[in-house]
Amino acid sequence: MGLKEKILTKSLWVFHLSVGSCNNCDIEILDCLTPRFDIERLGMQLIGSVRHADVILVTGALNKKSTPILKNIYAQAPKPCFVVAIGTCPCSRHMFKDSYNTISALDEVMPVDLYIPGCPPKPEAIIAGLAKLIKKVTRK
Amino acid sequence: MIMGISRAIFTYLIFPGIAFSFFMGGIGWWLERKLSARFQYRVGPPWYQTFLDLAKLFIKETTIPTGAVKTLFVISPLISFSATAMFSAIVAQGYFFQKNAVADVIVLLYLLIIPSLFIILGAFSSRNALALVGAARETKLMLAYEFVFIISLIIVIIKSGGSILLSDIIRYQAQNGMHLKSASGFIAITLSIFYIQAKLGIVPFDMAEADQEIMAGTMIEYSGPLLGFFRASKTLLYFSLPLFIITLLGVVPGDTLPAKILFVALEYLIVILIISIIKNINPRARIKDALSFFWFFLSPLGIIGILLALKGM
Repeated sequence: MGLKEKILTKSLWVFHLSVGSCNNCDIEILDCLTPRFDIERLGMQLIGSVRHADVILVTGALNKKSTPILKNIYAQAPKPCFVVAIGTCPCSRHMFKDSYNTISALDEVMPVDLYIPGCPPKPEAIIAGLAKLIKKVTRK
Repeated sequence: MIMGISRAIFTYLIFPGIAFSFFMGGIGWWLERKLSARFQYRVGPPWYQTFLDLAKLFIKETTIPTGAVKTLFVISPLISFSATAMFSAIVAQGYFFQKNAVADVIVLLYLLIIPSLFIILGAFSSRNALALVGAARETKLMLAYEFVFIISLIIVIIKSGGSILLSDIIRYQAQNGMHLKSASGFIAITLSIFYIQAKLGIVPFDMAEADQEIMAGTMIEYSGPLLGFFRASKTLLYFSLPLFIITLLGVVPGDTLPAKILFVALEYLIVILIISIIKNINPRARIKDALSFFWFFLSPLGIIGILLALKGM
């Protein structure tokens, strides 16, 4: 475990990106910042621009229109940058599997570091997932 | 001779200079975040969070957008940082060792304008529409808050017998008590606290960096070390700007270093507390509201303050 990873995982700045979600997972992400859960105590912050991001939280089912935008945004993020799929939609396309518009799951488009399934996942699940991400990065 | 030079370097770089201001600024920024968290019944980040954030930014990749004016884009954070470093070294020197306070208030005023100016230039050079919006807002805000701060400087200059030297202002207060106690001094500190709020971009006046509407505005294209330099200069300002206000208005009589450190710590804590209270009871103002607040409310108040100061009150 290097010093770099230790510093990085103690101040993860989170960028929140919806690629066509039903807004439910987005609400659950915002719940993580509320008094009950408060991820700021772990050094995480919700930030506005991808250029500052260390983690990209992707919610929603990818469709033909949003996939190129997602690729573009991932290319703009400074590396090292982790991608987290929040909710069942980006993990496995969920019930939109046979839709004419939903062409792929998230990990067919870009490398995904963590999957948090659920429809929507609870804030506890999101925090547990992020703890697993930190463990994974620092052990590497 | 060599002793003198090495001592000067030590005082400028380490103790009351840049490193000390940086450390105190980091603590102050954390305190402001922690207080906001406690206001909202949250736990808040640990005390070293500001330094960790900075260290992290310096290990990240730097991205330069295509079509940006590269030189200006890269050089803006560096100039901003060096100007604030110079400012904080001079101010801390002046407060802790009075005989070294050589600069006058005008120099410090223009050193303070440089960081905001280069934030604007950096945003303009990054060729991003939202950065342009942020830069335009920052420009308008600068017109508002710098005017108000100049008024409060004029009050201080009138009250300390017409001298613009930092050492004279400190000496005058050490002999005659702090300016803060008089009515015009109180008006000056009110203006100065709103100035700090707007200069550091804390909530009612953070429209230039509004995360939710224009995605970090002026900072939108900056990443990695370049953003780190901007944040480092903000960290320095978090301490040296309140210290500058304290030097101008609230110097406590007494010459020993421990007493000075104690009083500056106390006054700094009070300033941070007031700033975070204002932050937590206000939403983000629109640029028009901020301008009219500074121009049509605080400026007339400041002119009343100048009249009171001329009367000697």
